[in-house]
Amino acid sequence: MTAIAFDAARARTATLPKATATPLPLSCTNCGARFDPDPAAICLNCLGPLAPEYDATRTLPDRDTIAARRPSLWRYREWLPFEGTPSLSPDSGFTPLVEAPALARRLGVARLWVKNDAVSHPTLSFKDRVVSTAINAAHAFGLDVVGCASTGNLANAVAAHAARAGLDAWIFIPFDLEPAKVLGTSIYAPNLVRVRGTYDDVNRLCAQVADSFGWGLVNVNLRAYYGEGSKTMAFEIIEQLGWRLPNAIVAPMAGGALVTKLHRGFREFVDAGLASGELPRIHGAQAAGCAPIVRLVERGGGRIEPEIPSTIARSLAIGNPADGLTAARAITETGGWGAAVSDADVVGGIRLLAETTGVFAETAGGVTTAAALALAKEGRLRAEDEVVLCITGNGLKTLDPLTDVLPPAPVIAPHLRAVAALVEHQLRSHPEPSIVRQREPKPCQ
Amino acid sequence: MSVTVSLPSILSRLAGGSRALVANGGTVGEAVSDLTSRFPSLAPRLVDEGGQPYPFVTYYLNDEDIRFAGGFDAAVRDGDELTIVSAVAGG
Repeated sequence: MTAIAFDAARARTATLPKATATPLPLSCTNCGARFDPDPAAICLNCLGPLAPEYDATRTLPDRDTIAARRPSLWRYREWLPFEGTPSLSPDSGFTPLVEAPALARRLGVARLWVKNDAVSHPTLSFKDRVVSTAINAAHAFGLDVVGCASTGNLANAVAAHAARAGLDAWIFIPFDLEPAKVLGTSIYAPNLVRVRGTYDDVNRLCAQVADSFGWGLVNVNLRAYYGEGSKTMAFEIIEQLGWRLPNAIVAPMAGGALVTKLHRGFREFVDAGLASGELPRIHGAQAAGCAPIVRLVERGGGRIEPEIPSTIARSLAIGNPADGLTAARAITETGGWGAAVSDADVVGGIRLLAETTGVFAETAGGVTTAAALALAKEGRLRAEDEVVLCITGNGLKTLDPLTDVLPPAPVIAPHLRAVAALVEHQLRSHPEPSIVRQREPKPCQ
Repeated sequence: MSVTVSLPSILSRLAGGSRALVANGGTVGEAVSDLTSRFPSLAPRLVDEGGQPYPFVTYYLNDEDIRFAGGFDAAVRDGDELTIVSAVAGG
């Protein structure tokens, strides 16, 4: 067989179709100044963050109209930052909301669901949501290079969505990211750059890159459009619960944007009359080795005090969270709280989630689950609560912390007596046979 | 002490179009004051009403976030580089 040299970058020469949507204008969340649609994330007047400005008089769909649309995040397009319907990345979102009674019992709450973005299309993390909106903004602005600063999941998502769209990608990551996240980016043949430093160093570099090269870096100069994609997780939770709100949410925090946008998403659907009642208490979860937002909540206000991250939860290892202040505000305004958990508890959280729900989460999911346990112990999750855990990434991406933790599987000869010996051993080890159940043999048909 | 200050392009138009400027001072705060005295329209963009950095703007002295080094009180040396960048979302 003849090997065929494949130049992926050269393959991306197809002309993109004309953009079918126009990004919305922007306004400054700090000083209120207004700007035309632009790949810009900071205010000319005060350097404050910009956000899309929605037309308050636009026609909004009702529940039936939304429910009749395709199961993707674009079913909520009236709350996403475009005029018209974008054409790129049409298939992300609408991940399962899985009820988890065993974990609810463990936490001592009435009901509990896992919002499972670990199976998000196409890159198994919630970053598919934000890249879906950002890449359409890049396309509409005529940018043919996209990129990001990433702790891993965003790198995967930008690379994959860019490959599908036919855009070139420049992706910057800390040099020591988990191998699965590096490989899960490289496979899409972007320009992948490993930077000697932490994510915060990569961030600083990318702010300068976006400024110098005119590329569309999704979480830098396209940040205003990018962040809006996160709201769809809140919209889906409401719809999948039967158009109602849960009492409490537990979500992981890195830069703080997810918690901020969940809050906004819940409020927007209440404002639109699609759900009613009190907004859920939003609880934020971080690893103790990088918890600047949790500590801000605990201090009761002030400024973010940046930290140098040291945790196995690499996807949350942002010591200088850009949306930390707004995340802390979302938490306190809703009556929520923050929890910071040890790395040992992160591993325990991954295992507990898997054993009780069948969902295998990455380390960020371990943080979320362990934080939920801690919040329940403190009485911040209560017996009458209906709780949603936001699981944002897939466990297959972060296998390292589990390598020496899980018991090895026994190797046996292919003999029935070997299995019987194992079962006997298991029953002796676990006198209350919750795991091994003997069944009556079924008669042959 | 003389330091080189790198501005984001959005601010360079308020500083005569230059993205790299030389500023003088013994601390980061003094260097920023020197800059804003020469380009007064930069002042409300670089410091808040209390004379401190905005939470969504980060100053790096060489490669270090100044919040780890004393903030505006951080001492500078001749030839240091002060980089001003806006906040970036998570990744």
